[in-house]
Amino acid sequence: MVGKDCVAIACDLRLGLQALTVSNNFPKIFQYGDNVFLGLTGLATDVSTVSDLFRYKVNMYRLREERNIAPRTFANLVSSSLYERRFGPYFVSPVVAGLDPKTGQPFICGFDSIGCIDFAKDFIVSGTATEQLFGMCESLWEPDLGPDALFETISQALLNAVDRDALSGWGAHVYIIEKDKVTKRLLKGRQD
Amino acid sequence: MPGFDFSNYNRNAALHARGVPLPKATSTGTTIVGCIYDGGVVIAADTRATSGPIVADKNCEKLHYIAPNIWCAGAGTAADTEFTTALISSQLELHSLSTGRKPRVVTCMTMLKQHLFRYQGYVGAYLVVAGVDPTGTHLFTVHAHGSTDKLPYVTMGSGSLAAMSVFETQWRAQLTRDDAVKLCADAIEAGIWNDLGSGSNVDVAVITPEKTTLMRNYIRPNERTQKLGSYAFPKGTTAVLNEKIIRKEEIGKYVSVLELTEESDDKMEVDT
Amino acid sequence: MAAMFSQNPLMNGPNYSFNDSPRTSAPEGAREHRFDPYTDNGGSTLAIAGADFTIMAGDTRLTSGYSINSRHHPKLFKIGGTTADQKDATIVLSVVGFAADGEALKERLDAICKMYRYRHGKPMSVKACAQRLSTILYQKRFFPYYAYAILGGLDEEGKGAVYSYDPVGSYEREQCRAGGAAASLIMPFLDNQVNFKNQYIPNSGEGHALQERERRPLSRNEVEVLVKDAFDGAVERHIEVGDGLQMMVITKDGIEEILMPLKRD
Repeated sequence: MVGKDCVAIACDLRLGLQALTVSNNFPKIFQYGDNVFLGLTGLATDVSTVSDLFRYKVNMYRLREERNIAPRTFANLVSSSLYERRFGPYFVSPVVAGLDPKTGQPFICGFDSIGCIDFAKDFIVSGTATEQLFGMCESLWEPDLGPDALFETISQALLNAVDRDALSGWGAHVYIIEKDKVTKRLLKGRQD
Repeated sequence: MPGFDFSNYNRNAALHARGVPLPKATSTGTTIVGCIYDGGVVIAADTRATSGPIVADKNCEKLHYIAPNIWCAGAGTAADTEFTTALISSQLELHSLSTGRKPRVVTCMTMLKQHLFRYQGYVGAYLVVAGVDPTGTHLFTVHAHGSTDKLPYVTMGSGSLAAMSVFETQWRAQLTRDDAVKLCADAIEAGIWNDLGSGSNVDVAVITPEKTTLMRNYIRPNERTQKLGSYAFPKGTTAVLNEKIIRKEEIGKYVSVLELTEESDDKMEVDT
Repeated sequence: MAAMFSQNPLMNGPNYSFNDSPRTSAPEGAREHRFDPYTDNGGSTLAIAGADFTIMAGDTRLTSGYSINSRHHPKLFKIGGTTADQKDATIVLSVVGFAADGEALKERLDAICKMYRYRHGKPMSVKACAQRLSTILYQKRFFPYYAYAILGGLDEEGKGAVYSYDPVGSYEREQCRAGGAAASLIMPFLDNQVNFKNQYIPNSGEGHALQERERRPLSRNEVEVLVKDAFDGAVERHIEVGDGLQMMVITKDGIEEILMPLKRD
């Protein structure tokens, strides 16, 4: 979710096998630089594989280029990596959030499982609670929210959406990314 | 083309057989059109991308760059239209560099159809190819299985019938530039209103021998209405159990981050 | 010894390479007939009960597949008035799903309410009407009406009442409910804004000790704003919702109907 000079990215913590909850502490957000974040939803084995694959690719990029990867570059890396497996995709739908290292402009985008990028100026949602999240974000989000207001909005959107999805929930992690700091908060949510 | 990686294919087929639902690909439900006029060609598209009945992107770009004088409108599987056009664009650029000539629309169309035919329709890209080259003005459609058409006015996508109804009633020979733009925009609007797979805004590109003009969001008939209430929450509404603030200077404890300014003396060594 | 070289290929040794198992499909010459009596006509509905009123709402688009069949097809019906124009009705039924089944269901419930009024000389209460609707739906348990119904009115004490149903008659009285295509988009928003779910009073404690925000009945104006904003959000993100918003406000003075435009793309 985009705010004024800040972006937020949030995830729930449930890991499930259909209706059976396997773990209630399975974060789905990964950091790939000062302010480049990747959220991954979908098949858990692919979430791990893909997150490690991008850690490898981003480290190689850093060694080759001697600089950190920018969110937009990372988004294109994700996109082409996913499309390479067009006919045997990873079952994930990633979300990238970050601030442009040069301009400080917020950047967010989402992908389908075969790498089609969705550049949005407002918010990106993904996972089993997609519909619920679309409904929440569409009515709660407004432009130019400050870091604190953005935190409340993204948290309320996520918590209420996952409460109406049987396959998500069990608390949440929220990252608020600003120019010089990142705030990570653990939210209280329904434990059922 | 290095080709695709099929290593997950068997695993996914096995997973699907065991009841794991296949992920939904974003598709551009889409209305796309093209129309030749005296002196150039116009292509236009709507800007809605859908995933099932849900709108995934309200303002996506369906007019793709191939070469300065060749552009392409894409319908079907969104990722396929995006990457197929990018791939052909790159090949065409190299081709024109090695031959020293301007790329031709027929070359582009042939490369697209050969690529798509090779994948037997599994690469789901439905394209309208338009451009002006030294041999004249051209307009083609390319289907995912590799078949092509050459017509003075064309439509594709889920809104193709709505758009074609506009062309069939209003098209005439010897259109002017403004008439052609208006006709294409009207055809797209017919798709936007009457086809559920299409919506939001109209993008138009006009290609003439001199230059290409891309008019992104040429018409925006679907601006979101103002919200009646405000849903900003007072600070502290959400229950937080744990908070951790990571500042940039503190990251230095774990990894060394060196900020290099533009004026710094230690320039990177470059072979001269 | 003989058992070791059993002639039965199923017990040991290699099996036939061709499939010799009994055929389970229909024999040749027999044709399988299919009957698909249902269509999903899209659309979405919403109902919120207030202290002394109930607001029902629905969009007016009728779709099938990627086509729009009608831009003005109401999903809200007044039930149980004395005459056909339903001027003195007190109950509203909203149906979404298969439009023909919805229409049939409304006609049946309306006829029953009219018969009740004729026999007893008084209008049916919402509670009774709600129970009767459940019975109607369950009577067709094995060939159901493909319709998600919501019934709204005022209860005996004059409080707002909303009853929501599944297609086979399971029902429940609720504070608010969204139904149809965009139900999953609207419902979490209602939880949050009507029942104040997941909201706490700022600075009322630390972590688990925080106090939940107290529920309070919303005013009619607040609910109308909420309904419009909920539908505007749904129209943006769901392709089957749009064209018009039909709203009915049920108070002790009768039913007020409001029509508003929605986006048409």
